[in-house]
Amino acid sequence: MTALKGLALPVALLVLWQLAVVLSGMQSDTIAAPDAIFAALGRALTEPAFWADTGDTLAAGGMGLALGFGLGTLSGVLFGLIPPVGRVMRVTVELLRPLPAIAILPIALLIFGFGYRLEVAIVAFGTCFPVLVLTEAAVRQIEPRLSEVARALALSPGARVRKIVLPAVLPRLFVALRLAAGIGLIIAITVEIAANPIGLGARLMQASNSLRPADMYATLFWIGAIGWALNWGMLRLQLWLFPATRGAAQ
Amino acid sequence: MRHLHRGLWFMASLALLVALIWGWQVLADARILPRAFFPGPDRTWRALSRGFASGTLVADTLTTLRRLGLGWVLASLLGVGLGALVGTSKWAQDWVAPIFEVLRPLPASAIAPVLLLFLGLTDSMILTLIAFGALWPMLLTTVHGFSNIHPRRKEVARSLGMGRGAFIAKIALPGALPDIMGGLRLGLTVALILVVVGEMITVQGGLGARILLAARAFNAAEIFAGVALLGVIGLVTNALLGLVETRALRWQRR
Repeated sequence: MTALKGLALPVALLVLWQLAVVLSGMQSDTIAAPDAIFAALGRALTEPAFWADTGDTLAAGGMGLALGFGLGTLSGVLFGLIPPVGRVMRVTVELLRPLPAIAILPIALLIFGFGYRLEVAIVAFGTCFPVLVLTEAAVRQIEPRLSEVARALALSPGARVRKIVLPAVLPRLFVALRLAAGIGLIIAITVEIAANPIGLGARLMQASNSLRPADMYATLFWIGAIGWALNWGMLRLQLWLFPATRGAAQ
Repeated sequence: MRHLHRGLWFMASLALLVALIWGWQVLADARILPRAFFPGPDRTWRALSRGFASGTLVADTLTTLRRLGLGWVLASLLGVGLGALVGTSKWAQDWVAPIFEVLRPLPASAIAPVLLLFLGLTDSMILTLIAFGALWPMLLTTVHGFSNIHPRRKEVARSLGMGRGAFIAKIALPGALPDIMGGLRLGLTVALILVVVGEMITVQGGLGARILLAARAFNAAEIFAGVALLGVIGLVTNALLGLVETRALRWQRR
């Protein structure tokens, strides 16, 4: 019932929009009727180029996420386990963290030129810091008794990380991964819109520049659907893998 | 003792940063880092002072700050205002709020091409982009803060015969302030990203346009100068908002 109520307003708006376009007989470079948008989306979904663009965005975003998440977890665990390292790095990290990821685009552009590597580098930069902060906090909050157990068992540092630290922070690490995945997709699309001529963001810009509103709104709808599906899927996965995180899911 | 301890670590941390910058300089001087990409702190500093002396860098910085400030204030007013309306209406929470959940994962920058069609390569396009993009976190946190208000406070308001406006101003807004402040902070981060994106797309002045043009001219020192300024803007605006937050929430920690 609540889902139906939620659907009511968007559907009503779409119908009104369609009626307005049909009744006024408008021809526009900026607005397209809902039926034209859905037709454009249907056409796009049968085009290999559209799927190639979707793949480009997901691949570049995914690789950047893997890199950023890896770097972020690694340094987060290091900073959390050896507090002096974390404290000494504090000012440097806090200086770099508020820098918007998109601002390093020109630097990455000089080094890598257009293409995958540009996007991977920026996504990695942007996802690394939130993961670092969340991982460090998670490692710090490990039950002190577990560390005592590790000491009593005389575990080597490697074994300590593998057997005590990682299992203890795994649920919160996954929460960090889920948040970083959302950020990564946003950065990937943003890089494509601002400069990089690949992927869905570039397709969106092209449709806008060549005054094809139906294609533009269809792509926008598709990007929204991917973002929504990613968010939904990761949340389901998190609740399935770590039911204890239910309370902190949002 | 604790303060001293913290202060020492801060100094050590600062020293490491200085050492890192010095190391960067050494590597740049030794030509180990490619000069075309990493100009070294000295050339970055020279680009900064040259830009400030000629006034163009000041103008671009002020343009970016003006857009950031205007867009953020616009987004705050809209976000908190709409959030208050939705948060105090059962009807709106049932019928309107679900749309927010669907729109939330949409990257705000994806709206840029749409706005480009409507507004063209203009200043108002950048402002609209910031206002529209930064509005969502503020709206969602306001609605969330309102929904967490204790039912007894609502009963108090009802028994005092408060209208909706009085309830919002006297009970709901102060109660939801911690959430709202969090939203304003998140919105600022989004706004800073969007001002850079908007300026890169429209190339209507500002630091975003400046660093992109510098990249096209292969002027690495100029890029680093602009990026450093953007970092400073992010740092300072965040710290200012943090100060406002602790002041505004002083009454909460008793």
